[in-house]
This record gives sequence, C-alpha cells and structure tokens, in this order.
Amino acid sequence: MAPKVGVVTFPGSLDDVDARRAVRIAGAEPVALWHGDHDLQGVDAIVLPGGFSYGDYLRCGAIARFAPIMTEVVAAANGGLPVLGICNGFQILCESHLLPGALIRNDHRTFVCRDQELVVENASTAWTSAYSVGQSVTVPLKNGEGGFVADAETLDRLEGEGQVVVRYAGGVNPNGSLRDIAGITNERGNVVGLMPHPEHAVEELTGPGTEGLGFFTSVLTSLVAR
Amino acid sequence: MPRVIVDVMPKPEILDPQGKAVHGALPRLGFSGVTDVRQGKRFELEVDAADEATLAEVAKIAETLLSNPVIEDFTVRVDG
Repeated sequence: MAPKVGVVTFPGSLDDVDARRAVRIAGAEPVALWHGDHDLQGVDAIVLPGGFSYGDYLRCGAIARFAPIMTEVVAAANGGLPVLGICNGFQILCESHLLPGALIRNDHRTFVCRDQELVVENASTAWTSAYSVGQSVTVPLKNGEGGFVADAETLDRLEGEGQVVVRYAGGVNPNGSLRDIAGITNERGNVVGLMPHPEHAVEELTGPGTEGLGFFTSVLTSLVAR
Repeated sequence: MPRVIVDVMPKPEILDPQGKAVHGALPRLGFSGVTDVRQGKRFELEVDAADEATLAEVAKIAETLLSNPVIEDFTVRVDG
C-alpha cells in the first residue's frame, strides 16, 4: 500500500490541491486534512501548503499556528513524523517554533513571482534525500513576506549543524533572506520548511520543469525505509 | 471598562521595509527632518479590571499571539 501523505487545508490555503497532486505524481496517496479537525487520519507524513492562511492577519502563519489540527501536527513532528512546510507552511512552522527564525516582508517591498534557482545543501533530510549536495534545482517562488531572518547565533548554528537545506542561487536573492537561506530543517531532519514551491514543478506541462518532484519522492523513500 | 494597550514593534536589528517605505515617501511630500521611521502595531484590549493579574495575562497574550519574540518587542500599559 502506498504511504499516505496528508495536506492540511487552512482557510486561505491556495496550494493544497497542487501539493496533493505532487504527492500523487510522486506515487503516494494524498489525504486532505482539515484545519478544524483534531485528526491526522493515520497519515505517514504531512505537508503544510502555501497560501494566505487566515488572510495573513496579524502575521503570516500566526493564527494558523493555533488551528485545532496544529496540536496534532506539532506533536507528530516532535515525534519524528516527516513534515514539510512550503511558503505559508514554512511561516506556520516558524510561528509554531518547530523551526527557528521568522519570515518578514521582502526587503524590496514588492511581491516576487519567478522561477528560482536553488542549490541543495542538505540531502539527508526526510524531504531531500532524492537530491545530492550541490545540486541545482529550479522551482517557482512567489511571496510577499519571504525574507528569512534569525539572530546571528541562530544563523551560525543552522549553518554549522547543516540545517540549511536549500539556498537561493544563480546570483539572485529574491527577498532579502539572510545568508541566502531559502529553506531549513530541524535538528532531526524530519521537519523542513522552504519559501519556494517544489509542488509547482512536478510536471513539464505546468511548471518550469520537474525538479521539485524530488521533495515528494524523498519522503516516500524515507517512509519505505522505516 | 479599563483598556490595556499593547504596542508591538519590530526589533531594532530587524529590517522594517514598511517603515522604510513610509520614510522614503516623506521627502517626496515635502517633509524634511525625519531621519527614520519604524512601523509597528497597537492593540487595544478591553478588560474587566486593569489589575496586576490581568496585566500579567495580557503580557502572556502579547508574548504568545500578538507578537513574535523572534522579530518583535512589545510593551503593555494601561490606557489613561
């Protein structure tokens, strides 16, 4: 039986359907999870998708963090379940303290939407094992508040412990993220958050390529290996 | 009904693009002499009583939800 990957829909989520599609194309069974439930439906991994949960009111992800299902998501993540946060999902993971740092408004103050080159720096997380270190990956990026910030001590620790998963490459830092950080992981490597959108790069017809698919095949591999 | 004010400001070391945008607009409008602008948020909480216990609870609310301690500082005070 194919592993089940849950995708949480919050009010204002936009990319939940694309995330479920990416899960399906990767060969897993997508399961729609609802923010208002306290039920993870026995899924083997979870994706928090992009969008504008709760209208981005207060701060991006600040209210979604206290959605009913997040109690179960946080507990499962702390227990080692693979969790991927994309864009708004990354913001929710930071607000939930599952990942360090925060995302602030882009330094140039405008919304950015582009195909963005990334370089993979950690290929041993639950979500990046299909890649190799140093590999270039191009996926769409679209955000208004994607500037990753943390204090210098935290940034040093993230770099020193290999917790930077992907960095912006190709000479473009699209949002003012400190040290070009596009995505990070927790110490255990099961929780990954990134601003760019791998779920939009899983089919030639509808994206800049298929280089995002590796995030979803990676988790399949890590689940089968367990 | 007493009112408690929570002011939330981006930490000094955190870039504040909104404040910068406002600051950048001032010279265009003919206002000079403003050297920097920081933009924050003000919350007004109506409470039953502005006693010690309530203020401690409001501080907890500010720390948990109204601000993100990674990027923001807050102050709590009774209005008036």
